Amino acid sequence: MSTATDTSRPAADVELRVDLGAAPGRLTLDNPVMTASGCAANGPELHRFFDVRELGAFVTKTVMREPRSGRGTPRMAETPSGMLNSIGLQGPGIAAFVDTDLAWLAAHGARVLVSIAGGTGTEFAEVAATLAASEHVDSVIGVEVNISCPNVANRGQVFACDPGASARVMTLVREALPRDTPIIAKLSPDVTDIVDIASACLKAGASGLTMINTTLGMVVDLDRMRPQVAGVTGGLSGPAVRPIAVRAVWQVASAMREGRLPPAPIIGVGGIRTGRDALELIAVGATAVQVGTATFNDPMAPVRVRDELAEELARRGYASVRNAVGAALT
Amino acid sequence: MRAAVSSDVVSVTAELVATRRAGEYQHLTFVAPGVAERARPGHFVALSVGGPTTAHLLRRCFSIHRVTPSGTYGGTVDVVVSAVGPGTRWITELRPHDTTGVIGPLGRPFPLPTEGVACVLVGGGYGSAPLFWLAEMLRERGCRVEMILGAATESRLFGVVEARRTADAVTICTDDGTAGRKGWVSEALPDMIDACGARVVYACGPMGMLSAVSSIAAAHGAVAQVAVEEAMACGVGVCMTCVLPVRDKHGTTRMVRSCVDGPVFRGDRVRWDAFADGLCTVPDDAHGATGMRAH
Repeated sequence: MSTATDTSRPAADVELRVDLGAAPGRLTLDNPVMTASGCAANGPELHRFFDVRELGAFVTKTVMREPRSGRGTPRMAETPSGMLNSIGLQGPGIAAFVDTDLAWLAAHGARVLVSIAGGTGTEFAEVAATLAASEHVDSVIGVEVNISCPNVANRGQVFACDPGASARVMTLVREALPRDTPIIAKLSPDVTDIVDIASACLKAGASGLTMINTTLGMVVDLDRMRPQVAGVTGGLSGPAVRPIAVRAVWQVASAMREGRLPPAPIIGVGGIRTGRDALELIAVGATAVQVGTATFNDPMAPVRVRDELAEELARRGYASVRNAVGAALT
Repeated sequence: MRAAVSSDVVSVTAELVATRRAGEYQHLTFVAPGVAERARPGHFVALSVGGPTTAHLLRRCFSIHRVTPSGTYGGTVDVVVSAVGPGTRWITELRPHDTTGVIGPLGRPFPLPTEGVACVLVGGGYGSAPLFWLAEMLRERGCRVEMILGAATESRLFGVVEARRTADAVTICTDDGTAGRKGWVSEALPDMIDACGARVVYACGPMGMLSAVSSIAAAHGAVAQVAVEEAMACGVGVCMTCVLPVRDKHGTTRMVRSCVDGPVFRGDRVRWDAFADGLCTVPDDAHGATGMRAH
């Protein structure tokens, strides 16, 4: 791998294709930049600003079994270099999702990473099974399993905080999908040891990991002297949390490198706003990245980050993004 | 900045060419190529704040006050801003030749009547900003236009002179009586609808005012078209924060995004009963409310 600085190399010379499957070539993306679940709606909104085919993958808003209205408002608060949100997983339910949203994405040539959730392991599996049975399943490159939602059976503790509950979800989702479907577990940073959770998910059938989901936060409205969002607490996202994402990816990638975890692709997400930020997550071991909250500031952020990433790589003499994966791991 | 691919919206770096005080508000004119040509009254724009390395990531959304598609500088867009927080203060402190990101036009504009019917336009505070442009378009269609502007006090009225220039009749209301009649716009509205036989009431302003306008319009045989004020993070339909409960044409209440499904809604479709004390709850009968009770 070259680390020489070569500012003359044009961005177009950088190979942006990456393999997201555990084995090379199993799942190749044209480029490593995706939308982040819950930050891009389900396609038509951002397609006004760029062609959804330009993305490495389109990650859809988390869908559950039944339609969900989401919570009341206010649902968000701006925070320094970020925001707090409490949407409540508003969505159409999996049946309407495959008929309408997935159909649209398939018709527009998007490669779709479908984010699913459930209140029980069984619900996760039912959502996955409905997706697998859809006529539009060819557009689905994988399933991202959002385990940062409350587990009904455990007094609402989120699955992602419990290795056993996380593993059960992965096992049930694995059984509900064709064997070769990539299953990506999306992990919460709000845990004692994220390597433990990663290990439990990979052993139970997850083929990759997305890190990180939002971290729990709270903002107080001092005029009304009460929590600012109707849901009281919310998920913190944006550039403010990027160092947490870098830390989490580094911990898990290091464990893989040291043989404490089986090797698996990592998708880095959390506070990416520029190509430089994307490269930071790639350098600690992410094979691909997702652009989330930055999209609220700039709807073209995902494709802009892709182009800036190519420039950042070229400037550092990388011929391929693959060569930069884990470059900063010691 | 990359140009947007769609023909109906653009994302541009806009240069401020004029800024002036208007009572307690700031009235700004930006050169925003492509926005003016596509905009209609009721559309809004999403402004970025704080420059490229800003810690304020969320866009601030403002209804378009007016547009000039082909002025000296190219297409310009006017907005009226109230400095209520650090982001809006940053915008009001912009100087000529400063730039910021502008995305627009966004949302659904005010629907216009096909016939020349009488209309009443109601503006609360700087919510009146889009109504003068709307008034001109309505009058071009042969509509009689009467306008009510209301605010807590005189300095919080916007566009009184413009109202007198564009409307057939104007009523001013202030809570403290410093301008016009003392009281709320909702007290003046019923007689105005009846006297001119208004078929449509257009309104823009605080939610409480829009709720009152909607019920008065319904009681006096007029259709209310209201532009709601909901906090938005993105303005383009992806953040899901600016939702409110609205009945669809089949009567089903859904939590819809004011940025893409609004900001203009028929007043009789909005579930005003869900709003109280700065909060909006999800009505029990809303689509997907049952799904929320499971977990």
